[in-house]
Amino acid sequence: MRLQLRGITKRFPGVVANDGVDLDVAPGEIHALLGENGAGKTTLVNILYGLYHADEGEIRIDDEPVTFPTPGAAIAAGIGMVHQHFMLVPVFTVTENVMLGVEDTGPLTLLNRDEARRKVEDIATRYGLHVNPDAVIEELPVGVQQRVEIIKALYRQADVLILDEPTAVLTPQETEELFGVMRSLRSAGKSIIFITHKLKEVLAVADRITVLRGGTVVGTTTPKETSEQGLASMMVGREVILEVEKERVEPGEPILDIEGLTVLDDRGQVAVDDVSLQVRRWEVVGVAGVQGNGQTELVEALTGLRPVAAGRVVIGGKDLTGASPRQVFESGVAHVPEDRIHDGLVGDFTVADNLVLNTYYLAPFARGPVRNDKVVARTAEDLSNRFDIRTPSILASVGNLSGGNQQKVIVAREFSRTIALLIASQPTRGLDVGSIEYIHRRIIERRDEGVGVLLVSPELDEVLSLSDRIAVMYRGRIVAVLDAGEVTREQLGLLMAGATVDGANEESA
Amino acid sequence: MSEETEVQELPEEQIPPGPATAGRRFGRFRVVIVPALAILTALAVGGLVIIFSDPEVLSGWASFFRDPLNALRLSGEAVGKAYAALFEGSIGDPIEMVQALASGDGSEIAREFRPISETVVATTPLILAGLSVAVGFKAGLFNIGAEGQITVGALAAGLVGFGIQGLPLAVHLPLTILAGFAGGALWGFIPGILKARTGAHEVIVTIMLNFVAFRLLDYALRQPALRPTGRFDPISKPVAESAQLPKLLGGTLRIHAGIILALLVAWGVWWLLFRTTKGFEFRAVGANPDASRYAGIRVGGTYVIVMAVAGGLAGLAGANQLTGVVRTLTPGFSSGLGFDAIALALLGGAHPGGVVAAAFMFGILRAGSTRMQAATAIPVDIIVVIQALVIMFIAAPALVRAIYRIRARKPVGTEVFTKGWAG
Repeated sequence: MRLQLRGITKRFPGVVANDGVDLDVAPGEIHALLGENGAGKTTLVNILYGLYHADEGEIRIDDEPVTFPTPGAAIAAGIGMVHQHFMLVPVFTVTENVMLGVEDTGPLTLLNRDEARRKVEDIATRYGLHVNPDAVIEELPVGVQQRVEIIKALYRQADVLILDEPTAVLTPQETEELFGVMRSLRSAGKSIIFITHKLKEVLAVADRITVLRGGTVVGTTTPKETSEQGLASMMVGREVILEVEKERVEPGEPILDIEGLTVLDDRGQVAVDDVSLQVRRWEVVGVAGVQGNGQTELVEALTGLRPVAAGRVVIGGKDLTGASPRQVFESGVAHVPEDRIHDGLVGDFTVADNLVLNTYYLAPFARGPVRNDKVVARTAEDLSNRFDIRTPSILASVGNLSGGNQQKVIVAREFSRTIALLIASQPTRGLDVGSIEYIHRRIIERRDEGVGVLLVSPELDEVLSLSDRIAVMYRGRIVAVLDAGEVTREQLGLLMAGATVDGANEESA
Repeated sequence: MSEETEVQELPEEQIPPGPATAGRRFGRFRVVIVPALAILTALAVGGLVIIFSDPEVLSGWASFFRDPLNALRLSGEAVGKAYAALFEGSIGDPIEMVQALASGDGSEIAREFRPISETVVATTPLILAGLSVAVGFKAGLFNIGAEGQITVGALAAGLVGFGIQGLPLAVHLPLTILAGFAGGALWGFIPGILKARTGAHEVIVTIMLNFVAFRLLDYALRQPALRPTGRFDPISKPVAESAQLPKLLGGTLRIHAGIILALLVAWGVWWLLFRTTKGFEFRAVGANPDASRYAGIRVGGTYVIVMAVAGGLAGLAGANQLTGVVRTLTPGFSSGLGFDAIALALLGGAHPGGVVAAAFMFGILRAGSTRMQAATAIPVDIIVVIQALVIMFIAAPALVRAIYRIRARKPVGTEVFTKGWAG
């Protein structure tokens, strides 16, 4: 099936999200759609999938103009989509999820499970999507759940498959497996539209790459004709420094000392299991690990948000085991929280109020019990300029800013104070290349000023490029602490998946 | 990579500024438009109820096809008369008010100004109780307990007001009012501390404490020490002269200094919420308790303080009624003020200014309904219907928007951050 988008324009109040976008997807092609957040990728595929309607332009399938008033119409025309957030019923089996909405029924309208099960197995073997049709979804790892989503689309006879940021939730190994599946789909003549902002992945798997910026197509290229650097420049519209420039600095005395820390999760299970780790001044320690291996609980325990079950946390020589968030904060700790919308910001509050969210009660932002709005406003103006927060006004609600600018508000707030320890949890989650570059530079700046940094991130590239030492977390334990200069991506990937240090060395050797 | 919502897909230079474009066009007017239309719609529906409850008008409609104009005329007259009486009973006739002032005749002035005096008297406790609920809303708490807090506040004020004798007004009155605040604050503190310590939901606890408060008052009124000598029915002694809010205009007009107190308190609540660090904590906890905890705010402690302040404000409403209007405690003292307070806090968008405006609106309905009943035989209950409709339309803003085809103020790209009920 040959898919053509011609002159697609979509306007939202005050904004043109897509401006005359052309896109050609050939049969049997993996076509990457690359762009920063806000470039219009998601809007474009939502139009293709019938979720939005284009103001101008047309969609053609095999040279016939078509319209998709609803996703149902798009599915009927052979377009399938795997969303970032899976649309699966957790307590149903794989087969039940796949057949949901297009149930085969036998006599007396009973569900024809066996027939559906057979079809699922058929699809699974044909494309290498290994999955047990009888497994219950909630018991499957994310990578396998994603396969079920792909099977769902194929079950509905999709010829064009849209994958929206599919690798965001995967381990490096799972990503490789996904790429294998994508390649086998390609050889079966299916087309794939692969949305991402990860340059390495695009170069590894795509046949052609279309880059969007500010709602328009900047260009279409192939992996052979371009490089990471070239793609980044296309996306951002200027030269981008991908590698974080940092010099080796001799670390100083320990600023964070964790001894035998054990922390329970919300269900009372051990999430952090007897973890010991040190962070010194002038040092970035990265914690690598697939999400859900105890990193969240570790950071929460360190910052006073979660009780400590056992062990000790010493920050700057002070025992802060089980201290309150404010005690931790007042000991010179900055915290960039993992979930910025949930924990880091009050969305209804103004940019200015969010910039003083944890300092509002201190001079000069307050005189005794009374807030000093003038100083708050002046500081907010100053920080928005210094940290390049793009907002219509410091009095705009922070919830109306883009993700990158929201993160800049947090970074501005946490980095503008005098601090000794920075705990950054996924500081660039969901951000685009330009913002990532910016935030990385700021983190290294703080290190160079003598701040100790604990960086928690599931992004291998981020951990590798920023850290001086890397601790790998697996099932609540620190399974290895390695010098960042002496470890490879592959070794890290294996350690994150549960291999031992020796095993990782052998396998990657 | 997962939190992207629509607006984050928009180019950064073109972030929709402020709360959506349509919202900006209306500017500040925007926050008022839905409540105003809700009131208008409620009055319109109330008009229909008036039409259908008047036998004469209904008989006009029965012969609609013979004489359609007559049916419409009768309907218009009935509704017009009712609302005119409502207006006269609550505001008065401006021309006659001016004439009365010009004549300089005291009883004349009193007669013309009585409606507005009555409206203010009805409004005063509503402001204070409404502020109580509004403070809770701002911190994400639903204070259903104003009724009980009014009761306990009034009881405490009474104990000081008639229990102590012989103090000068400058000491006794403030002391009595403070006692009212303290009594209400205690009754608010209990659900606050239970929520902070055990997670008990404040809605359940405050409702239950209302019943406890009612019976507590009944019990107190059975104590001979509280009763005037020679009386055996449940009524308290009147508060001492020195603990009574002074009348503002004297004579037979009931308007008293409570309104000044209420307006000052409203200003104080605004100042607390928007100008102090404590108020910042209240609002932060209300808007996002998780981020507040992250920012070092003690969420549980804030709940306790907020509930105590809210209770205290309701207690002030009780003290105001006791020292400014009724003078004695009787069973059922709070008479539903605390429930009207919930409604008008919603109507006022949980903002102190909005609460004052909404309280006046309710005060007008209350004061005017008596005159309306006298002039048109339309029962005062219609006012309850109109109040209920106003709240219904406020609670369902989508309905009002649909009726008037206002584009929803779509929070483009924002997620739902608030878990509060208003504001």
